[in-house]
Amino acid sequence: MTPREILIALLAAGGVFFAFVAAVGILRLPDLYTRSHSASKSDTLAAGLALGAVALTFGSDLSTVKAVLLLLFMFITNPTAAHAIARAAAEEGIEPWTRDEEVDE
Amino acid sequence: MSFISSTLLTAAGAFVLISLTIVYRLVRGPTMQDRVIAVNVIGSNIVITIALVAAATGEKSALDIAIVYALLNFLMSIAISKFTVERGGVL
Repeated sequence: MTPREILIALLAAGGVFFAFVAAVGILRLPDLYTRSHSASKSDTLAAGLALGAVALTFGSDLSTVKAVLLLLFMFITNPTAAHAIARAAAEEGIEPWTRDEEVDE
Repeated sequence: MSFISSTLLTAAGAFVLISLTIVYRLVRGPTMQDRVIAVNVIGSNIVITIALVAAATGEKSALDIAIVYALLNFLMSIAISKFTVERGGVL
């Protein structure tokens, strides 16, 4: 194995790990705002790591430019979409979860 | 099959499995916004899966599909969150 292959494997494994963290947060956290927080941060990091692995795999090619552009696009738009959804929920009057309430699973 | 392509294909399979578990929140989610967040995360996982498969099999034109899918995913979230506030529902 060359160092480049090891780096690609590490990036892909990191992407899978943070996607798992995002899935656990979406399934287990108690209300919409905390779920949105988990989705925006962990899933953006997972996308960055996995697309970095893709960009490294292609080497020097036009496809590397496409992969890096896709990485930048997801890095900007993923938190923006989560913010827009959470703001729509706040303007509709959904209250944030506090410690006194029961968890509505 | 080389080491890199098998690694990337394994990662793509793991992303698909993780997306399948998020379908629970999509079905169960108490509010509409929970479902939109679940669809958004599943969509970005699908984009990553397409890119990983494109890298593993050397199918370079699949990256264009991934870019268009990411764009549609973002537009869907923005459109739904805007229409729920200003028009009281998507339909």
